[in-house]
Amino acid sequence: MARTTPADTQGRNAAASFDRPLRLTARQDLVGYAGSLAGRALLFLVAASSVLAVLLIFTFIIKEAIPFFLEGGTLSATLGRLAEVFGSTQWYPEQDPPEFGMLSLLAGSFYVTFGAVVVAVPLGLLTAVCLSDIFPFSVRQVAKPVVELLAAIPSVAYGFFAVMIVAPWMQKHLGLASGTNALNASIILAVMAVPTIVSVSEDALTATGRSLREGSYALGATRSETLVRVVIPAAHNGIIAAVILGMMRAIGETMVVWMAAGNAAQIPSPWWDLAQSVRTMTATIAGEMGETVHGSPHYRALFTIGLILLVFMFVLNMVTEWLLGRMRHVGGRT
Amino acid sequence: MKAARTSIRVTGLLAVVAACLTAGAVFAAAGETLTVQGSTTVGPIADAFAEAFMRKNPNLAITVTKTGSGDGAKALVDGQCDVAAMSRFMKEKEFKAAAEKGFLPVAHVVAMDGVCAVVHPSNPVSELSTEQIQQMYMGKITNWKELGGVDQKIVPISRDTSSGTYEVMNERVMDGKKMAPGVEYVTSNPDKHKRVSTTPGAIGYVGLGFVDEKVKALKVNGVMPNRQTIASGRYPIARPLYLWTRNYPELGSLIYRFVTFHLSEEGQEIIEAKGFVPITNY
Repeated sequence: MARTTPADTQGRNAAASFDRPLRLTARQDLVGYAGSLAGRALLFLVAASSVLAVLLIFTFIIKEAIPFFLEGGTLSATLGRLAEVFGSTQWYPEQDPPEFGMLSLLAGSFYVTFGAVVVAVPLGLLTAVCLSDIFPFSVRQVAKPVVELLAAIPSVAYGFFAVMIVAPWMQKHLGLASGTNALNASIILAVMAVPTIVSVSEDALTATGRSLREGSYALGATRSETLVRVVIPAAHNGIIAAVILGMMRAIGETMVVWMAAGNAAQIPSPWWDLAQSVRTMTATIAGEMGETVHGSPHYRALFTIGLILLVFMFVLNMVTEWLLGRMRHVGGRT
Repeated sequence: MKAARTSIRVTGLLAVVAACLTAGAVFAAAGETLTVQGSTTVGPIADAFAEAFMRKNPNLAITVTKTGSGDGAKALVDGQCDVAAMSRFMKEKEFKAAAEKGFLPVAHVVAMDGVCAVVHPSNPVSELSTEQIQQMYMGKITNWKELGGVDQKIVPISRDTSSGTYEVMNERVMDGKKMAPGVEYVTSNPDKHKRVSTTPGAIGYVGLGFVDEKVKALKVNGVMPNRQTIASGRYPIARPLYLWTRNYPELGSLIYRFVTFHLSEEGQEIIEAKGFVPITNY
């Protein structure tokens, strides 16, 4: 680089050495500016590519799903389709004439997720509380990686375990006719959701900081009072986010429910009987996408299911992001 | 200077890795290839045929993918495979799609397959009629004691609609009627075998090749499924297994040899070994 120092700055010459000239020529200035602009544009494209990917996925799914509702051509046909999709429990897409009632699929996803959350949240939350506040730090060092190992097991292995071991166990010891049901799927999904819940809750609990706990002890509270009345309420944003993340894991899971839930497109009757076979949205898409003819109503119906799933997950994700943002703010982290 | 040297090293390493990968791909592409795609029932036959061919001629690369008869037909029409293995005849939609692409699909029957109604080995029931099976799947008969068995709830298990096995069941037994919503679904013959062998009240349907001592095959309309009854057509729920090609294959080409292998003694031995019924007697 040219080291031209103008005559009027000879005083500074001795004290410092600059790589750049102190006064740029017009050309150097413009080149530098263009270069920084190009660099920023490149970085923006790279960052935008992931956003673009999400937008493209949304566009593709919407493009394939919307014609499903517009098939009849008239407004009443569209409304009729909407009523059938959200009101009818009869899912017979390959019959003649086909029936596309998705209520039983939505109910199936709901049953399985609800069951998983009911089992996973107490388990996960208590584990997180133990790891952050009750056990010595050395136990936490060992236990946390082990819990996170559960998240690394492939879902097909879980599904196999559910069909070959949990299902016969249920048939023998609980006297059920069929071991592949909503209960089976809920238990396995709970095991899969626990590492997520433990990880995020534990981070939330730790982020509340020592000063909060010490202040509580200084005011005379016992350990349990501190935990229940001070720490957990302070971390409630992060804990709710953890629960929602665990729930998202459960809703989006395909392989396990396809193998463990039985796949009967029905709403259990009576409604509280989790020991009956159900079918989730994800399993329907996975099981039926292979055969359908491109562009047929069945194909579009499957994309509609995908759209419902996507919108639901998107909303949950937005809520989680907002809650996590608030958690970091409360905990003092940026 | 040091940064420049490291970056040269990294670039050189990447170039070497890329060269190795492309070299591997080039070597793999040498020699004739054949792709077979389709039914999980016909899959084992195609696998064994492929193995026999590749043993005699190591230069061949025959790949068999098992994703369902419907997928196989679509792949043949789209040009993604050379031979489609299907356990059912092609539908009108598929023929039309093929004609649009400029060819007519040709079926080669390689074996006969009996779709056997199977139950748990502990189930005392040993014989059913097609009407009874239909009623069970429609949810009209719900307990084994109505059929002379023990007091046990019936758990009907079916295949997903993309399966050729399901299609045969639909045609020969269900008569196109809807199955009850409470019927469970699995994705493949081995999965169904697993479910029926571990569930005392279950009834399912699998190809003859998947019947072993862990499940019990039932007589249907008084006929026990075995090789003779299936080949002669006495067993009601039997079907031919096909290999489909685009137009009739050129005589002597690899595709031709593959789809006529079942006529040879070795091919028929393979078919018998897989539990299916050869269509000719050598």
